[in-house]
Amino acid sequence: MDDFLLRALFAGLGVALIAGPLGSFVVWRRMAYFGDTLAHAALLGVALGFLLEFSANLGVIIVCVALALILVALQQQRRLASDTLLGILSHTTLSLGLIAIASMETLRIDLMSYLFGDILTVTTIDLYWIWGCGAVALAVLITIWRPLLAITVHEELAQVEGVPVARTRLMLMLLMALVIAVAMKVVGILLITSLLIIPAATARTFARSPEQMAILAAMVGCIAVSSGLGASLKWDLPAGPAIVVSAAILFFVSHLWWNRRAKATGAV
Amino acid sequence: MANNRELLLECRGISLSLQGRLILDNVDLSVHRGEIVTLIGPNGAGKSTLVRVALGLMKANQGSVNLIAGTHIGYMPQRLTIDPVLPLTVQRFLTLARHYPKNKLIETLSETGAAHLLDSPMQTLSGGETQRVLLARAMIHNPDLLILDEPVQGVDVNGQEELYRLISNIRKRHHCGILMISHDLHMVMSATDQVLCLNRHVCCSGHPDSVRVDPNYVALFGRTPVLMPYSHHHDHSHDVHGDVVADKDKHKGCNHG
Repeated sequence: MDDFLLRALFAGLGVALIAGPLGSFVVWRRMAYFGDTLAHAALLGVALGFLLEFSANLGVIIVCVALALILVALQQQRRLASDTLLGILSHTTLSLGLIAIASMETLRIDLMSYLFGDILTVTTIDLYWIWGCGAVALAVLITIWRPLLAITVHEELAQVEGVPVARTRLMLMLLMALVIAVAMKVVGILLITSLLIIPAATARTFARSPEQMAILAAMVGCIAVSSGLGASLKWDLPAGPAIVVSAAILFFVSHLWWNRRAKATGAV
Repeated sequence: MANNRELLLECRGISLSLQGRLILDNVDLSVHRGEIVTLIGPNGAGKSTLVRVALGLMKANQGSVNLIAGTHIGYMPQRLTIDPVLPLTVQRFLTLARHYPKNKLIETLSETGAAHLLDSPMQTLSGGETQRVLLARAMIHNPDLLILDEPVQGVDVNGQEELYRLISNIRKRHHCGILMISHDLHMVMSATDQVLCLNRHVCCSGHPDSVRVDPNYVALFGRTPVLMPYSHHHDHSHDVHGDVVADKDKHKGCNHG
């Protein structure tokens, strides 16, 4: 196998391993749109990285974290519904990112590769980023797992029981920012949330507990990455979209199977 | 009934406005060990807000909340909806904040009559079953003070009667204080030591017998229809269609006051 393929595979697997468990929370807490908003802001981070001449990854992390903090602050005001706020920020930051990149005349970057991912050009340094950030994110997620689950089920009940609600929620936001930043290389900013949501939604059909769902989601993500890359190689498809379509196929097959079984056993 | 007057929670002069609207106006509230205090009042009277202030979930603009040090609170929220996409059994639900050994879970669930539900997914529970599981979660770390926000919500009349009996038994067995919100006061009357009739301010308070004849109470709720499907010694269901029970019969069979 060629080196670039191996690097692509490891990059995809690294992202899938953290996107599954984190994506489970995105699904449970209905944060899909939040993820999209962070992802759209990532382009601004890329521009910032180039402008200030440091790594694009770092730029993306900075912008995503800043946006997450702004969102937390704005949501506490409760004057506008969350999805309205997200809609405003999402498209504003995406447009700002596009303008920033277009206005940097000296910069020749392939916009498509940021929008839809460029997993086949992953470098060894990218791999360090992905696995380093992924490992940190996974460790943090495991640490805050119990309080996070408690506030997901009932925030006030958890607060009365002594769970540090604000801190836990903030940690989740920061984790999302981190994971989105490193996942960008694999599927691009327009497709990132699919890696969070589709494996988790697929895993739901088989899971009996939250932990099972998280682990299964990571596995489904790995299968989607491997088969998507395979398909991309065999039929010369764009890799990022191929991975997303593989995940979607797994999702539909699992739900068909689930419906059949439900009918067979008479359960709903 | 509260012989032991150990104070658990005391709120003094609580006032709170939200977006320029006065929700609570100089409200006092105290709960002692072994005592059941019931908050009643029309919709929007600020009952839930007062409880949230007492729990520390909201900050009052004025007034003080004094939870006596070392008082453990068990809280039963008004509503619980768990998204079907989250696979969660009753057992897992009870251990969300802290781990408990299985026999402790079964013991607590047995007390609320829900032991058979231990392995059921939360989403398959009926209204009454959900309330019993919520009550079990409130009780599991042996609280000194139980705070119940409309504990019989979404439960049919027979189930309500049973739940109130259960709550009354919990008070007797664990000798904890109970603060409870209810809008169907007639049902809870016989188990309650003190009623606080709230409509932004405290309209009247005291023993149910005195509150029921208080002019302020009558002005808020009227004299009729007085529906009394429950009192202590009954072991059968009553007509639930609102038949008026004559005044002198209202509290027969009660063993308080």
